[in-house]
Amino acid sequence: MDKIIVLGERDNVATCLADFDAGSVVHAAGLDVALSDAIQFGHKFALTDIAAGAEICKYGEVIGVASVDIAIGQHVHVHNIESVRARGDKANGDQERGDKS
Amino acid sequence: MTETFLGFPRPDGRVGVRNQVAILSAMDNTNPSAERIAGIVAGTIVISTPFGRTQIGDDFEMTMKTLTGICAHPNIAAVLVLGLSLDSAEPLADRIRPSGKPVEVLGLQEAGSTLALTTEGARIAADLVVQASEQSRQACPFSDLTIAVECGGSDTTSGLASNPTVGRFADRFIDSGGTIILSEPAEFMGAEHLLAARAENPEDADKIYAMVQWFEDEAKRNGVDMRGINPTPDNIAGGLSTLEEKSLGAIAKGGTRPITQVIGYAEPPTKSGLVIMDTPSAACESMTGLVGGGAQIIIFSTGRGNAIGAPVAPTIKITGNPHTAKSMPENIDVDVSAIISDGENLNVASERLWIEVMKIAAGKITRAEVLKEDQLSVSRFGPSV
Repeated sequence: MDKIIVLGERDNVATCLADFDAGSVVHAAGLDVALSDAIQFGHKFALTDIAAGAEICKYGEVIGVASVDIAIGQHVHVHNIESVRARGDKANGDQERGDKS
Repeated sequence: MTETFLGFPRPDGRVGVRNQVAILSAMDNTNPSAERIAGIVAGTIVISTPFGRTQIGDDFEMTMKTLTGICAHPNIAAVLVLGLSLDSAEPLADRIRPSGKPVEVLGLQEAGSTLALTTEGARIAADLVVQASEQSRQACPFSDLTIAVECGGSDTTSGLASNPTVGRFADRFIDSGGTIILSEPAEFMGAEHLLAARAENPEDADKIYAMVQWFEDEAKRNGVDMRGINPTPDNIAGGLSTLEEKSLGAIAKGGTRPITQVIGYAEPPTKSGLVIMDTPSAACESMTGLVGGGAQIIIFSTGRGNAIGAPVAPTIKITGNPHTAKSMPENIDVDVSAIISDGENLNVASERLWIEVMKIAAGKITRAEVLKEDQLSVSRFGPSV
C-alpha cells in the first residue's frame, strides 16, 4: 500500500502507513499537504480545514465530529475528534436497563 | 466442484476438526479435580467456569446452555462430567447426551475424596481417549463447517489489511457452501446501517439495530463515554479515534454476502451463509459464545497483538501490522503485513489464509493451541444468590 491512503471519496482525513515528521510535505488526494504535527504509523491527518462540529469522514462514512477547529495537515485523533455514539457522559444516566431478550 | 475438508464425523451428523475428550467440571468446586485429571491424561481438555452454583434465572441458563454447547461441540469426541455429587452433574450430562457421544459422570461425594475422584476420573478419561483415537478423518463438505471471525487488539491495520483479508476469505467460503459467524454487535456501532442493509429479511435488520441500540443504551444508562472502554487504550494508541472508526474496520471481517440469520449468544446457526451472533466485545467472552454455538474454527484478526484463543475451537491468528508480525511471531499463524509494507494484493493474502485454514481444519496445530493460549469465559448479567 501507499504510505498515505484515503479510503473514500468524501473523506476529509488521510491515514499514514509510516511515521512522518512535523513539517513533512506529503501528497494525498491530489493535494500537497504540509503536516503541522508528527503523524505516527496508523494515525490520521486532515485533508482540509474542518470546523468545530463538522463531520469527520473515513471509509466514506462518518467516524465522529470535530471537537475544535482543525486545520489542514493537523493530526486528527482523540484530542480533536469526538464520537457521536454511546455518549453516556452526555446523557441523563437515569434510563431503565433494557431487556436483552 | 464440491470442496471438502477433512474432519471427524460425529453421531449427531456434525463434523469435528479436533478429536479431544472434555473433562467438564459442572461446578466450581470440582475444577481442581478436572485440572488434575487433564494433567494425567493426554488428549483431554478442561471445561470449567468459576461460576457454577447458585446462579439463577438468565445467568444459570446461560452457563448451562454454553457449557452444553461447548461439550456437545463436534470437536469433542467424548465427555467426562464431574460434580460435587452425581445429582449436580447429571442434569448437564443429560443435556449433552443427545449429541450421541460417550458421556460419563462422576460425583465427588460418591467417589469419596478428591484424590479418589481424580484416580477414578483419570481411568475413565484414559479409556475415552483411547476409544476416541480409533476415529479417523473423512472428507466432508463445507456445509458441515462453521467458521467464526473475531478481532481483538485492533488498530488501523485491522481495518485496512487483516479484516479485509478475512472478509474475502468469508465471501469465498460462503460461496463454497460454508457458514461464517460475525459477532460483537457493540462494534457494529456507526456501521450497523451497512450490515442491516445486507439482512435477507427485515426482522433480522431490525434485530441488528436493536442489538447495537442495547449497547448504546447501556453506555448511556451508566453515564459513560465509551471511548477509553471501546475503543480501548491500545486501539487508540494504534490510531483508532472513535468506536465508529473501529466498527467500520471490524465489519470488514464479515465480507460482503447477505446476512441469512441473527442468533443469540451460544446458539447454533440453523442456516448457512453469513450469520450474526449477539456477543459482548471482550474476546474471550465472545469466543466462548461462538464455540458454544458450534463454530469449529475461529479466525482472529489482531493489530496491536492479542494472543488469546478459544477453548475447543482452533483459533487462527492473523495480523496486518508489520510491528506485531515481527514482535510476536510465535503467536501469529498468518502474517499479512506485506499488504501494508510491500503492497501485497488482498486476494493473494486471502488465498494464503485459505490454504492455512484448510491445513488447520485438517489437523495442523495453531499457535494458540501449541502454547495453550485459551480462556473460557461465559457471559453473566447479575449476582449469584
